Amino acid sequence: MAKSIDVSDLNIYYGDFLAVEGVTIPVAARSVTAFIGPSGCGKSTFLRSLNRMHEVIRGARVDGKVLVDGQDLYADDMDPVNVRRMIGMVFQRPNPFPTMSIAENVLAGQKLNSKRMKKSEADDIVERSLRSAGLWNEVKDRLDRPGSGLSGGQQQRLCIARAIATQPEILLMDEPCSALDPISTSVIEDLIHELKKDYTIVIVTHNMQQAARVSDTTAFFNLAGVGQPGRLVEHGPTEKMFSNPEDPATEAYIQGRFG
Amino acid sequence: MTSIQSTARKRSTPTRPGDRIFRGTSIAAALTILATLAGVALFLTIEGIPGVLASPDEVKHGTTFIDYVVPLVFGTLLAAVLALALAIPVAIGVALYISHYAPRRLASTLGYIIDLLAAVPSVVYGVWGISFLATALVPVYSWLERTLGFIPLFAGPPSATGRTILTASIVLAVMVLPVITALCREIFLQTPRLHEEAALALGATRWEMARLAIFPYARSGIISASMLGLGRALGETMAVAMVLSASGVITFNLISSTNPSTIAANIALTFNEATGLTVNALIASGLVLFLITFLVNFAARAIVERRKDFSGAN
Ligand SMILES: Nc1ncnc2c1ncn2[C@@H]1O[C@H](COP(=O)(O)OP(=O)(O)O)[C@@H](O)[C@H]1O
Ligand SMILES: [Mg+2]
Repeated sequence: MAKSIDVSDLNIYYGDFLAVEGVTIPVAARSVTAFIGPSGCGKSTFLRSLNRMHEVIRGARVDGKVLVDGQDLYADDMDPVNVRRMIGMVFQRPNPFPTMSIAENVLAGQKLNSKRMKKSEADDIVERSLRSAGLWNEVKDRLDRPGSGLSGGQQQRLCIARAIATQPEILLMDEPCSALDPISTSVIEDLIHELKKDYTIVIVTHNMQQAARVSDTTAFFNLAGVGQPGRLVEHGPTEKMFSNPEDPATEAYIQGRFG
Repeated sequence: MTSIQSTARKRSTPTRPGDRIFRGTSIAAALTILATLAGVALFLTIEGIPGVLASPDEVKHGTTFIDYVVPLVFGTLLAAVLALALAIPVAIGVALYISHYAPRRLASTLGYIIDLLAAVPSVVYGVWGISFLATALVPVYSWLERTLGFIPLFAGPPSATGRTILTASIVLAVMVLPVITALCREIFLQTPRLHEEAALALGATRWEMARLAIFPYARSGIISASMLGLGRALGETMAVAMVLSASGVITFNLISSTNPSTIAANIALTFNEATGLTVNALIASGLVLFLITFLVNFAARAIVERRKDFSGAN
């Protein structure tokens, strides 16, 4: 479990529009990497290209290389479905399946991977995943109730449980706390610390303190100008990025002077 | 919510004339619909009761009302259920293809054709059924009897004209297909992007995404669409009257030349020559159809209601 990512020279398009240009970045296994930058600079777009979710949008495509433990995700013989099974994703807005119970939500990915599962096995997966997501104690008595009946923070943790139930190699999170209150946010930040032991985590956040708190490495994205593609300005250990960044734009952004 | 409303009422905020007029007209419209429905039900009941009570020698069919209507109810339900069983899977498949698989151009062309098909009058389907489909199905029926004859549904002997209840059901299925497809397509298109992406990100194939995100979301809509189709199939007159060669029996044999008739087709075929209490009996059979349609709708609502917690509307 937990693999490294190596992106080189990745260009990402929506139709003819080049949204993100020339990204090269390594991501170490079992680390947390935070993407920061002003909105519209392509953080989500880049994140979604890491599990081939980008291409589900009509006309969207990429060129360049994304290697996961040396394996090219965009190789011709790579099935995007398998890529997504290997790399889990948590979205900005909590999106549990509304027609499914809490337990069914957790098992949704598992059911795709292996059709037949013993009841005891399924129960184990539900408990293990919900425990890892820090949700078990809150929902253990109502596993058969709809997931949409939970609070926003609980729903987001349910989505995390669902994503890790299949034990992916990498976990991608796109502003997972932006729709949550501060308490739920800190619960999820603690969770990210826990999950780092087993997973490679990449998180997009617009919250500088959050990036400083949860990540080992920080990458700053920026737009050269309106209509220009987003670029990776610099990346490095979080401490260094926040205390002594190389690029003046990074410093300006981190100190809240724009964005 | 309620407390806000009640304080608002206590303060008796002045209502705007526009609101008042709209409120008035919509209440009037609702009452008109209710009154019409009640009027129809009342008429059917009053005119139907003598037909129900008539003794066998007072009516043309020469049986009690129960003996008369039961085979018709059976035929009506059989034809409609068969039609739906044939139409629903196809409709869902086509709708899904249009909404999620087909390239945009093809999808809109297909959608347009489906909408056109929904507007074709039923006589046209009847003519097609009798002049083309029935004859085309004759060899199919004899093949069915030879290979699947051990199943009572295909026991035969196969009809020589092909004008069987199965043919009628296929015509009905083709008739209800566009309505169900068009509605399903609309519902499928409304599936929240959020849930589709949730499924895809878990590594669902497109079909698995349909099963995880689209169908559960569209479930109540599919049921409603099917009920609309069922309503049309239950009440369809011309196509069945033209295609079916009926003889008032109760049988599950779908391919023989003796077939149950349906209520609507039976009324259309016999009403003109009927006199006296026979007319009342026909009206009573109309009332029975009315009740069946009502029950079907209630059942559909109950099904939709039962899993409301899980519907995604919360
Ligand atoms: N579905 C889409 N179709 C076309 N352009 C898009 C789409 N999503 C995002 N974009 C464009 O791509 C650029 C980057 O967007 P995004 O990745 O959402 O930025 P961020 O997540 O950093 O706020 C923006 O210019 C945005 O308008
Ligand atoms: Mg974003």
